[in-house]
Amino acid sequence: MSLKVYVPQDSSAISVGANAVAEAIAAGNTDIEIVRNGTRGLFWLEPMVEVETDQGRVAYGPVSPSDVESLINQGILDGDQSHSLSLGLTEEIPFLKNQQRLTFKRLGIADPLSIEDYVAQDGFKGLARALTMTGQECVDEVKTSGLRGRGGAAFPTGIKWQTVLGAEGEQKYIVCNADEGDSGTFADRLQMEGDPYALIEGMTIAGIAVGANKGYIYLREEYPHAHAMLNQAIELAVETNYLGDNVLGSEHSFDLEVRLGAKSYICGEETALLESLEGKRGVVRAKPPLPALEGLFGKPTVVNNVLSLSTIPVIFADGAEHYAGFGMGRSLGTMPFQLAGNLKQTGLVELAFGVTLDALLNEYGGGSASDRPLRAVQVGGPLGTYLPESQWQTMMDYEELASFGAVLGHGGIVAFDDTVDMAEQARFSMEFCAEESCGKCTPCRVGAVRGVEVIDKVRSNTDHQENIVLLSSLCNTMESGSLCAMGGMTPFPVKSAMQHFGEDFGISSSKSNEQAS
Amino acid sequence: MSRDTSQEAVLERASLRASVLDAIAANKHLKGSLLPILHDIQNSLGHIPSEHVVDIAEALNLSRAEVHGVISFYHSFTTSPHGKTVVEVCRAESCQAKGGRLVEAAVKAKLGVDFKQTTDDGEFTLEDVYCLGNCACSPSIRVGADIYGRVTPESALQLIDTLKTADAS
Repeated sequence: MSLKVYVPQDSSAISVGANAVAEAIAAGNTDIEIVRNGTRGLFWLEPMVEVETDQGRVAYGPVSPSDVESLINQGILDGDQSHSLSLGLTEEIPFLKNQQRLTFKRLGIADPLSIEDYVAQDGFKGLARALTMTGQECVDEVKTSGLRGRGGAAFPTGIKWQTVLGAEGEQKYIVCNADEGDSGTFADRLQMEGDPYALIEGMTIAGIAVGANKGYIYLREEYPHAHAMLNQAIELAVETNYLGDNVLGSEHSFDLEVRLGAKSYICGEETALLESLEGKRGVVRAKPPLPALEGLFGKPTVVNNVLSLSTIPVIFADGAEHYAGFGMGRSLGTMPFQLAGNLKQTGLVELAFGVTLDALLNEYGGGSASDRPLRAVQVGGPLGTYLPESQWQTMMDYEELASFGAVLGHGGIVAFDDTVDMAEQARFSMEFCAEESCGKCTPCRVGAVRGVEVIDKVRSNTDHQENIVLLSSLCNTMESGSLCAMGGMTPFPVKSAMQHFGEDFGISSSKSNEQAS
Repeated sequence: MSRDTSQEAVLERASLRASVLDAIAANKHLKGSLLPILHDIQNSLGHIPSEHVVDIAEALNLSRAEVHGVISFYHSFTTSPHGKTVVEVCRAESCQAKGGRLVEAAVKAKLGVDFKQTTDDGEFTLEDVYCLGNCACSPSIRVGADIYGRVTPESALQLIDTLKTADAS
């Protein structure tokens, strides 16, 4: 058996040169097997090359094509660890070792498209178990796990499934929301590129649970590599009967299709997503009716995020109690946090709920990449609040964050150093909302445009006091008058920026608290 | 505006229409087929010709207004041809935190256009994009299916030079 060398095929790894590194290694070494695995999620080390040794996999990174010659000459193929890029055993790198990976237990270990490797790592074990259970038993298992929607809304997944199970109708659908638009988030992409069968398995189990035989993955157009991976994985799963008619010889059939979005952030909102899947403008629907009862093409529909669905296999394989044994309070299980922005060590950190933001930023993230002090951290995507240092001891838990108006969202964490201008960030939040609003409701459609104008006046010191008051009032109107989270939450980053970083808006810190409240 | 009736123009229009009809035929059987059809046309022609909206509308039993409404809603679809190479620069928060605004400014200055504009020579269209999911390697630029991470103003300018050379050869 030839020596295995791993070079990730993840699109982030490729964006920093992984393909060229793989080619450089292959060029001089014909007797080795290069495995294009998924990323391990340690992105500041990408391209990260791993060499299989008797002790385990040894990592080197970040490797550029010009490093390859010296690495080979140093003897990395014989397990030499003296090169300056040597990181030691992969599994011993603290960033990885200290994680609690359940959803992402397989990430980066093998070729993501190898069904054999997937099965060898407990893949399709959950599906096999689900096939022995009734729909109600499956739904109960999800309820017991405590899983809540990982897309951002944190609605209990089991309750959603129960509604669809109980809905009347011959045709039901499972829709996967893979429109991961939040800046600072990339976990869905890692899942789809790095472990696509987990998503396929999770959706199939959802189909068995609620009685749906058709699933759609609504994938954002910005993820071309994930698109290719999913299509290949679906094809291979159909060939091996993990998908298609009579899954694994059972009475359950399940077809899966990937549909591409078209660069619209609002289509990550579940009802806009359904409109888009139906071939219409991605305009938000009023609720009720709930999508669970009248969803895609008017039929009962489960709409779940990639991470929620990809967590289903581990819940079924290891049992709901095992999963619920992680976490705290009403936030059970683990959360894939995504460290982005100005941090030294960026990447995926899956941990039980309850870790502090400070630990994520400093222990895992290693502090700022620029070596300047960190100043503001946006948690939960472009609609999430900016947290000042005084709030970094907060435990990452849905209720803890909600207690002061913050959100965990999809788990994105974007850190800014002290060069950030928070008034500029607030302006961007409004600008983004204006760009991406679906236009259905006035507070969002018009409010965002006015928000940009008002912030421009504040920044240029035009009628400063009046415009500060106007901005606060506008935020309140958008928050309480918008149809969905787009307009309803755009004020979160704006208000938190004003409240905690008032000096950037030309307001004294003692006043900024009352202005923003 | 009078219609160009030269032989070349007639042939070009016929070929555009053929692409549109191909996209319709390839996807019409799907439920909710409008987006897949529009993606196919956008990919093959680089835009969705306004004069063929009627073909799509008729095939799907929709009004032209409905089809136009969908085209204009999504950033991916355009009704006029874009440049030979589309450069998408990420403007979202993670890239901002890593100096993305400097990259934006450098690329704009180099190409001499703003976002959503095409250079005079028709070589480049510059687009803003809100997150490429490459946030752990910010700032990012996308060109077609290729994503570039840890971009600096300097490396962005080099990239554009490389794209120019590749295009010229």
